[in-house]
Amino acid sequence: MPTPSRRQPVPGTTIFDSEQARKGYALNKMCYSFNDAANRRAFLENEDAYCTKYGLNAQQREAIRNRNVLQLIEAGGNAYYLAKFAGIFGLDMQDIGAQQTGMTKEQFKAKLMAARD
Amino acid sequence: MAKIVGTITTSHVPAIGGAIAKGLQTDPYWKPFFDGFPPVRDWLAKVKPDVVVLVYNDHGLNFFLDKMPTFAVGAAPEYRNADEGWGIPTVAPFKGDPEFSWHLIESLVAEDFDLVTCQEMVVDHAFTLPMALCWPDQNWPVRTVPVCVNTVQAPLPSAARCYRLGQAIGRAIESWPRDERVVVMGTGGLSHQLDGQRAGFINKKFDLDFMESMVADPAWATKYSTVELVELSGTQGVELLNWLVARGTLPAKVRKQHANYHIPISNTASGLMVLEPAA
Repeated sequence: MPTPSRRQPVPGTTIFDSEQARKGYALNKMCYSFNDAANRRAFLENEDAYCTKYGLNAQQREAIRNRNVLQLIEAGGNAYYLAKFAGIFGLDMQDIGAQQTGMTKEQFKAKLMAARD
Repeated sequence: MAKIVGTITTSHVPAIGGAIAKGLQTDPYWKPFFDGFPPVRDWLAKVKPDVVVLVYNDHGLNFFLDKMPTFAVGAAPEYRNADEGWGIPTVAPFKGDPEFSWHLIESLVAEDFDLVTCQEMVVDHAFTLPMALCWPDQNWPVRTVPVCVNTVQAPLPSAARCYRLGQAIGRAIESWPRDERVVVMGTGGLSHQLDGQRAGFINKKFDLDFMESMVADPAWATKYSTVELVELSGTQGVELLNWLVARGTLPAKVRKQHANYHIPISNTASGLMVLEPAA
């Protein structure tokens, strides 16, 4: 896990603060647009044009291309908005969790179950 | 005068909406969660609320980051649900009560809570799912007032501030001259984290301590900063701020009518409590 800093003291965690909110504005705005089914279709029909329309920077564009949640967070993405992006591909929160922790989905689900003890 | 008959605090995970849509209430994965709710419905049938004040956080349906209020109160005649992007079915609209909303707003601003007021507002799963768990026929028998707390973009309001907001909402409700029965709901939590290398974080001990504090020591969580609450309960576990607002509306002494706790639903430790003011 990344080393905690004064601004981000919780290991493995990026608190969505003013730095993230500024950095991720265009990316989150695009993800917010996915509340609308027509926008989800437009993204799928022409991903490049859609990302350009929202002014994503190169880092954000690459993270979207890679469908990579940790990269999307690094690029300023907020979990609640990124969930709408994940929804386009029918991914659930265990898919997302598995991807971020480098586990299989089954391993990630087992990790959640283990929190019962 | 209006009377607060109690509070319901519960998790609001989107997957609950999928489970309701697919009729999975008795599925072994979901049953321990859904089984928490019949006692809540029995209690509601007994206390017969006229109005629900529902404290929650919007997840990017009504508010975007262009304008992010710390506290917002609905003052609309009706609140609709809408597509949130991942396909859980929308529910029937909710009746508002603009007169009651404006009474709350006027009382709260008079107590120096500087609110955003919303005469149009869509409500997301954090509002609709707890309502659907309480009234599964989705034929809402109450008027509603949404109260939104920013748990999305730091800096978040402190736990102490949220608790004091609840106390002020309590005074506002009890100064409403109509003879009505009010339930305050607080939704979100308990511990969970969707994002980052720490995704999947759950903290059972903290959750159980927090639920215990809701009964006997309601200001307990106010000793933590919001960053400490993220560390203890996860980036989305901090939604427990909404529970603290609800708890603040009740007097110090309460009776626990019902509680349930289950790990996991989706990535979340689910909590549920019904509290009543102690006579």
